[in-house]
Amino acid sequence: MAVIRLTINEKPYTVDADPQTSLLSVLRENLDLTGSKYGCGEGQCGACTVLIDGKAQRSCITRVGAVAQKQITTIEGLASSAQLHPVQEAFLEAGAMQCGYCTSGMIMSAVALLKRNPQPKESEIIAFMDGNVCRCGTYARIVSAIQKAAKVATVSSAAKGAGR
Amino acid sequence: MSAKIHSQIPLEPERYELAAEPPYRFDLGRRDFFKFLGAGVLVVSVLKPAILAQESGGARRRGDSLPKEVNAWLHLAENGKVTVYTGKAEMGQNIRTSLSQAVAEELHVPIENIEMVMGDTQLTPFDMGTFGSRTTPTMNLQLRKVAAAARETLIGLAAAQWQTDRQHLIAADGKVTDPRNKRSVEYAALTKGQLLSQTVSEETPLIPATNWKVAGQTAPKVDGRDFVTGRHRYPSDQKLPDMLYGKVLRPPAFGATLVSVDTQKAEQAGVSVVHDGNFVGVAAASSELAAAALAVIHAEWKSEPQPSSKELFDYLRKNTVEGKDPTGDGDRYDVGAVDQALSAADHRLQQTYTVSYIAHVPLEPRAALAKWDGDNLTVWTGTQRPFGVRGQLAEAFRIPEERVRVLMPDTGSGYGGKHTGETAIEAARLARAAKHPVKVVWTREEEFTWAYFRPAGVIDVTSGVRGDGTITAWEFHNYNSGSAGIRTYYEIPNQRIVFHETNSPLRQGSYRALAATANHFAREAHMDELAHAVKMDSLEFRLKNLKDERLRAVFEAAAKQSGWGQNKTAGQGFGMGGGYEKLGNIATFAEVHVDQKSGDVKVVRVVSAFECGAIVNPDGLRNQIEGSNVQGLGGALFEAIEFDNGKILNGRMSEYRVPRFSDLPVLETVLLDRKDIPSVGAGECPMIGLAPAIANAIFDATGVRLRSLPMVPDGLKIS
Repeated sequence: MAVIRLTINEKPYTVDADPQTSLLSVLRENLDLTGSKYGCGEGQCGACTVLIDGKAQRSCITRVGAVAQKQITTIEGLASSAQLHPVQEAFLEAGAMQCGYCTSGMIMSAVALLKRNPQPKESEIIAFMDGNVCRCGTYARIVSAIQKAAKVATVSSAAKGAGR
Repeated sequence: MSAKIHSQIPLEPERYELAAEPPYRFDLGRRDFFKFLGAGVLVVSVLKPAILAQESGGARRRGDSLPKEVNAWLHLAENGKVTVYTGKAEMGQNIRTSLSQAVAEELHVPIENIEMVMGDTQLTPFDMGTFGSRTTPTMNLQLRKVAAAARETLIGLAAAQWQTDRQHLIAADGKVTDPRNKRSVEYAALTKGQLLSQTVSEETPLIPATNWKVAGQTAPKVDGRDFVTGRHRYPSDQKLPDMLYGKVLRPPAFGATLVSVDTQKAEQAGVSVVHDGNFVGVAAASSELAAAALAVIHAEWKSEPQPSSKELFDYLRKNTVEGKDPTGDGDRYDVGAVDQALSAADHRLQQTYTVSYIAHVPLEPRAALAKWDGDNLTVWTGTQRPFGVRGQLAEAFRIPEERVRVLMPDTGSGYGGKHTGETAIEAARLARAAKHPVKVVWTREEEFTWAYFRPAGVIDVTSGVRGDGTITAWEFHNYNSGSAGIRTYYEIPNQRIVFHETNSPLRQGSYRALAATANHFAREAHMDELAHAVKMDSLEFRLKNLKDERLRAVFEAAAKQSGWGQNKTAGQGFGMGGGYEKLGNIATFAEVHVDQKSGDVKVVRVVSAFECGAIVNPDGLRNQIEGSNVQGLGGALFEAIEFDNGKILNGRMSEYRVPRFSDLPVLETVLLDRKDIPSVGAGECPMIGLAPAIANAIFDATGVRLRSLPMVPDGLKIS
């Protein structure tokens, strides 16, 4: 066991854990941040996806000791108080869920994709998201939600540009 | 004609759902209601025998005493808040929303004012479980009646208050209004101080679907925001102070018995260890500690040799249990003289179709949190049958059901895979020993191995057809996969249809559209082969032998949308499949592309036309149909459980392929809204046409007939 300092959703946390423990276990069991989900334990389904320094990473196969110096963002840190993140809004608008268990991982992956590629083509969305599983089969809606969110981002950045 | 055919085919309950133990009666006295609900107006619905028979499915089976009392109730509090109590469970099929719509419609209140309390054995009325696409045809209707009765009661209260004739009053927007005297009163003012209890009467007028304003319209998921922010707590997210994490030692093979076990090292690690019969488990402060403790337990098991997936289909044929079927219902259907008709037919065709075992792979594995308070047990768990799990817990711990409360937080999907209470029992056993609340969450590997599977099956079809395309003989034998959807909706004068129950080598149970998928695959693929034999167009051949108007309508609608009869390019193929299941009608048209070199099969486009009576939530319905098609791709193309000698060989997500983004076809959905027909469910039926549509499209593209599901686990071998 070791004392590990983490920065999650811009807040500092200190946990007493084996550095080999998965980040997912620490989030869920030590910190009660249960928005990140267990789905497979081998990085195959994406339900546990979080952002590490802005990049999508599977927290179930990420050792907590490896992310001590990094910025961790979970689904709980995406919305700023009352304001949902555009990707969250887009998922609601597109009805891009059924049971919702994959949703937080889908949203975190989508946020990472749009950071890297603000205007992804459909084929790029599919390629990037292929590691995230939705057993209810809402993939088409998720693609359309990501496209909506990309559009909103363009419109809002264009509006900002015009205001300058 | 349509109505006649639909009533001819009995509503066949899934036999594997009947493996559930007997139901139990709800017995909370009505006068106790106001104690926990507070003052106000209460409306309860009482089950009628006709509904009971449908809801239970198994009325004939064991002479069960069925729940004769209430199946839903609605409480209008003094502050106007509406709370609806139903034993149904939400796991992604979106009934929390569609049932709210039904109540909002009849009661004339905004959806936001309605709270649905679901699947809590202490607070909600008894319910058999959420399966068989029964929620919409039964509970939706019940709640409409309950809400309508509440509305009529409120109008009555206003009429009494104003001393006027109720005929002149209308209910709207949470108020009763008297337009003639230009006065109105809020529901909350009417319920204040009341202790009024009302039973639904059959005479209460319901709003016809043609006049629906809230129902019939798309409504967003009522608590959607909680799901996109991670705030919703699924069963596996539940937490209590001082809670421990439990893990259970699994045998190396199915049916193994424990010979000896040494738990000394685990006990030295400071965790709570339980050894009780064949059960060995630990509870620790973290799941990591629990796993570490489990790893140092040394156990010896004894197991018997068992069959493997390689010999599965032979095994099923050889291990039938004829005459021992405990359900004793609907196993055999005979009409006309099949043998003579076969001999006289211009063309005869005999083919065998098979389906493999597949796993549900709910993204949230089974999970339960159990807490003892003296002899009283409370369990939060993900199950489609909270009352069934209550019964299992009571039986396992030999305590009366009154001491067991099961709560079902909206769970991470089920697809028929969460009917049983294994994790609930495991968590409760560990919690009793550890004297702490214990949570058990299955790993993906446990979920793949220790849950149950969709039954595998073998289906033999022999048919006879005249040269003009009239089918004259139909013999259909299904070994093991189930009898739902076994009867044909095509007009055939001579039929012999038999279901053969079999000793399954694996534990099997319910699955979304389980037997209907197998039976429709065999039937609709065979129809295509017959059409080919008589050189007729597949659609024309079906319509020639089909009178059911509702089914004809979906086939024609899907054909139109898909552009049936189009020209094709190399590697391209088109096919159809469809049918009637759980009171809904589906036709599915698929377009595939088969890579001529690699043999890769890609389903390019799927057009579904679906009709389920009056539509309650169009977008929710589209979502279910799209989801059925995507999930159905897995069982059709590549999902299969491999096993050998009591072990699962591919029980991990990395070894068992489920449909992903890259498998996604273009999905087009045509909804036929029949406002003149009562609403029925949509979670299962839309899936049944997909596999045969793909099989027939692959034949169209390549001339290769694939008769086993999954069809192309390793791509198509083109010789």
